[in-house]
Amino acid sequence: MTVEAVAETSTSHTSSVRRASRLRDYGILVALVVIVVALSLSTSTFLSTSNLVNVLDQCSVVGLLAAGATVCIISGVFDLTASATLALSAIIGVQVVQHFGVPIGFAAAVLTGAILGLITGTIVVRSGVNSFIATLATSIIYRGLAVVVTSGVIAYPLAEQAEDFGVLTWPSVFNLTSATVVFIVVVAAIAVLIAATTFGRRVYAVGGNAEAARLSGIRVGQIHVAAYVVSGICSALAGLILASRAGSAQSSMATGMELSAIAAAVIGGTSILGGEGAIWRGVVGALLLTLIGNGFNLLGWNTTYQQVVQGCLILLAVTVDRYLRKRAR
Amino acid sequence: MQRSSTKAPAISLRGVGKSYSGVSVLQNVDLDIAPGEVHSLVGENGAGKSTLLKILGGAIRADHGTLTFDGERTAIHGPRDAIRHGISLISQEGALVPALTVLENVFLGRWSQRLGFRRAREDRERFDRLLEFTGFDVDPDRRVDRLPTGTQQQVEILRSLARGAQVLAMDEPTAVLTEHEKENLLGLIRRLAAGGTTVILVSHFLDEVLKVAERVTVLRDGQLVITEDAALHTPATLVRHMVGRQIDVLYPEPDPVPADAPVRLAARGLGRGLVGGVDLTVRAGEILGIAGLVGSGRSETLRLLFGADRATDGVVELDGTALIKLTPRKAMAAGLALVPESRKEQGLVMARSVRENVALASLGGRRYGPFVRPAAERSAVDAASRAVDIRAAKTDAAIQTLSGGNQQKALFAKWLLRKPRVLLIDEPTRGVDVAAKTQIHKLIVELAREGMAVVVVSSEIEELLELSHRALVLRHGHVVGEFPRGAPREAVIAAAFGDVGETT
Repeated sequence: MTVEAVAETSTSHTSSVRRASRLRDYGILVALVVIVVALSLSTSTFLSTSNLVNVLDQCSVVGLLAAGATVCIISGVFDLTASATLALSAIIGVQVVQHFGVPIGFAAAVLTGAILGLITGTIVVRSGVNSFIATLATSIIYRGLAVVVTSGVIAYPLAEQAEDFGVLTWPSVFNLTSATVVFIVVVAAIAVLIAATTFGRRVYAVGGNAEAARLSGIRVGQIHVAAYVVSGICSALAGLILASRAGSAQSSMATGMELSAIAAAVIGGTSILGGEGAIWRGVVGALLLTLIGNGFNLLGWNTTYQQVVQGCLILLAVTVDRYLRKRAR
Repeated sequence: MQRSSTKAPAISLRGVGKSYSGVSVLQNVDLDIAPGEVHSLVGENGAGKSTLLKILGGAIRADHGTLTFDGERTAIHGPRDAIRHGISLISQEGALVPALTVLENVFLGRWSQRLGFRRAREDRERFDRLLEFTGFDVDPDRRVDRLPTGTQQQVEILRSLARGAQVLAMDEPTAVLTEHEKENLLGLIRRLAAGGTTVILVSHFLDEVLKVAERVTVLRDGQLVITEDAALHTPATLVRHMVGRQIDVLYPEPDPVPADAPVRLAARGLGRGLVGGVDLTVRAGEILGIAGLVGSGRSETLRLLFGADRATDGVVELDGTALIKLTPRKAMAAGLALVPESRKEQGLVMARSVRENVALASLGGRRYGPFVRPAAERSAVDAASRAVDIRAAKTDAAIQTLSGGNQQKALFAKWLLRKPRVLLIDEPTRGVDVAAKTQIHKLIVELAREGMAVVVVSSEIEELLELSHRALVLRHGHVVGEFPRGAPREAVIAAAFGDVGETT
């Protein structure tokens, strides 16, 4: 082969790689815009303020969990304890509210979430068991503890606290609910943590190649534990939002939602192989899942098909990601 | 036994070549092997022996050239094609199913059956006949993962025979065997050949090769040097052909180490597993080479020096101070740096950018509270990239889009940002093009000139001898020789092989 021919094939190769990688980077935003436009055109109600406020409020729980899941996945681990941590922290939060009032109770819930994350992370790192299995087992323990702590009954705040306890459902700036504001602020903070700090850099490095990270002086175990702590805090906040909405907390809260969180992260384009992805992707994934539900409602479609569509979307996202990844090689 | 009555095919290779990411590992090899012949492939590390064997066994595909079996020109696309042609590859890594028993592995996919039910007794009888033929002593009901490596290899051989293999391609089959097992295997190879099976043998043990092989092919730098009758050769004459001279790389000459240069790094009795009690010293400004065959403990020694693995014996000293309970973090804090053996597995985070990779080991030095200082990072990474001459369009490009040479330079850049006092380099130029190779050599010499103590491990004896002031030779985890710069390659290789005797 002549030199020119070699040069030519290599440039055409790199440009097609570049195109593929750009599509992989931002394809998910295109999908989001398509759904928003489609719903705006096909319904008169979608663009109303009350509906948009409602969508964001609904998105806040899965969105928070998705942000936590994304941090874990980027660092190369899964957190299947998310929904069990959510329930246990919310329950302990409610119980503390009963004795010390709403503000201290909420703080106690967040603290519980952080401590549970610390425990989960320590278990995963110390046991050396695959995180998927280790957190699956741990989540069963946490659910069990939630039953123990509540004796299986629903935990309510005291009657005179009920109104304050609903604080996260109150409207706030721009008519958004307080839950939405909490969601946006916390997720923005985590996004900055991951994108702009030395900690974030280490998270990506550990998830991308743990051995290379270790040989570069990074404490791999500590990074994983920290990722679980972030995820635990997200779970606790999501639990408070759900409890505040329902006016109570119970041991079966949000069962299975850890999988929705991982699904949202993956739909957004975060690689389950670790070392790649971004917080905004998890949020976009959560928004997509929420919009599908919202669309079914607004269009008056039979909501029994909603899960089928969501499942297809997850499959599509992962397949496209795999295809583009292969092309980029 | 189901020995096919057809004769083993004559194998014929024409113009066979293979390269990995632009680096040629096998070039234009023409080779004919007769049916029933024992043919041995020898050469230094990286000469292309294993690659050639794997091409024959279907484990990898040649980029160029043709393979002919018994006059039938064919393409081997994978292990299945190789098996169809009666070729069986017995590799160093092993290809058994760990959780199954010996019997199940030997007859994997070829069980005796009637109406879909296995006929266990028939399999056992077949197995006993195989044992009788081979003289192996293997319990058919043991799980394969509980067996020592030598026995696992016997299981692989049994399986090849059970499949009626007509060509056995063996990669370093005696490396893991005891003396008695070796003799047995060599006897088996002779019997197989006498029965018409072709055996292709890759081995580092030249005396064994000469004992059993009828013809020997010597490879060097991916090229075939000679194919001749084994009877014409001694270990020494083979080594002379293996060595030869390479002329395409010009090596820079390191400055002499100043007479008053202090000892920077020392190891005393360093050991763990294979590595048993390695002593070494490196002075400031000195480049120390460590040579040895694959599996001699070179990389393991380097990892112990950096704390990548924790030494069970001995101590590492920096400037006379012992570094106890050494970890990579502690080693880095003390001023050590390690460019590891495998870029992909141990060195780089392939999914991330050049900038993030280069910055990774020195993040703490460019931060504002918890935040990365992007401008400081950019200028530091740019400076380091220029210093080692990384050719990347921009440092935000994913590191996996770079060539091997530029990836390797990025690893150097990463450590230079920490200004280490001791640089440990495992395979500085593996999978790197010639231009980058020369640049990396110059860089290493330049760093030593500035007073850095450097330890280099390399499979390329030439590189090692040209680059280092002194070279140690390891065999079976022990230092067996020390050579000054410019020592004859034959002597170093003889020390590494250990069984060559007098070389001329």
